[in-house]
Amino acid sequence: MSDLDIWMRENPLAYIWLGSYAVALLIFAVEIAMVRHKRTITLQQVRLMREAEDEAGEDK
Amino acid sequence: MAINWFKYSAPTTFYGLAGKLIPWFAIPAAVLFAVGLYIGFAVAPVDAQQGEFYRIIFIHVPSSILSMFLYLIMAGYAALGLIFNTRLSAMMATAIAPTGALFAFISLWTGALWGKPMWGAWWVWDARLTSELILLFLYLGFIALHASIDDPRRADRASALLAIVGSVNVPIIYFSVKWWNTLHQGSTIKFTGTSMHVAMQQAMFIMLAACWLYAIAVVLARVRSIILERERNTVWINELPEAKQ
Repeated sequence: MSDLDIWMRENPLAYIWLGSYAVALLIFAVEIAMVRHKRTITLQQVRLMREAEDEAGEDK
Repeated sequence: MAINWFKYSAPTTFYGLAGKLIPWFAIPAAVLFAVGLYIGFAVAPVDAQQGEFYRIIFIHVPSSILSMFLYLIMAGYAALGLIFNTRLSAMMATAIAPTGALFAFISLWTGALWGKPMWGAWWVWDARLTSELILLFLYLGFIALHASIDDPRRADRASALLAIVGSVNVPIIYFSVKWWNTLHQGSTIKFTGTSMHVAMQQAMFIMLAACWLYAIAVVLARVRSIILERERNTVWINELPEAKQ
């Protein structure tokens, strides 16, 4: 038996929490952060395009 | 009063609706996650055969169910987009794919962590495990194919075909434990009943509901960004309050 096998059998709840639930919650947190970041970036692009159009309109 | 549901099939109207709906899904998802974890770890008893290790079920089963259902929903939206050429359907399919892929990954990851103490192996080339791995590859293939084509409408059509063809894998995953002699256990909860303890059932169904609500909230948030990105040259996007700030 490897050290990990011995550890997981002695600490099943820590194994479950760290291995499964902490990883799943971390994945959810990363996904939420990515979705929020994508929205920020996209809104910035929209605003930049809008400003560029406004400036082009003023030049005319 | 009759509601015109087709009104919300256009990105212009759906964008606002999605924004209003997100908190109604996200907040209950967080609450249900907390309640599900509490019941799963503090109330549900230890399993007679598997000891504490069975508690992985509360994240493993919901993520497996979500990975399969989200694929079918994604393929359904992709088919709608392909047949009726509706913009929002293709956007929804694109928004669902990353969340589905993450649930497939969580399903495989937690399954490996459950397999090690129970079977003595992180991975076996079992029918259920292999077909779930193929599902993850189908999600990744959909995302990669969509990203590799510059024209969004062509990307929608190409990836829709992959999604529709790949949907044949979902019944294979579900029935794999019946069709083949596999190491993976069969369904614990059936229409005829279950031998699971009530607290275990409660924790699993609450976590399943939490995962559903989370997935809907994240997909709605992502589809809003996709709508913004694809429609950024239109007048209505430039008239949005958040675009004017």
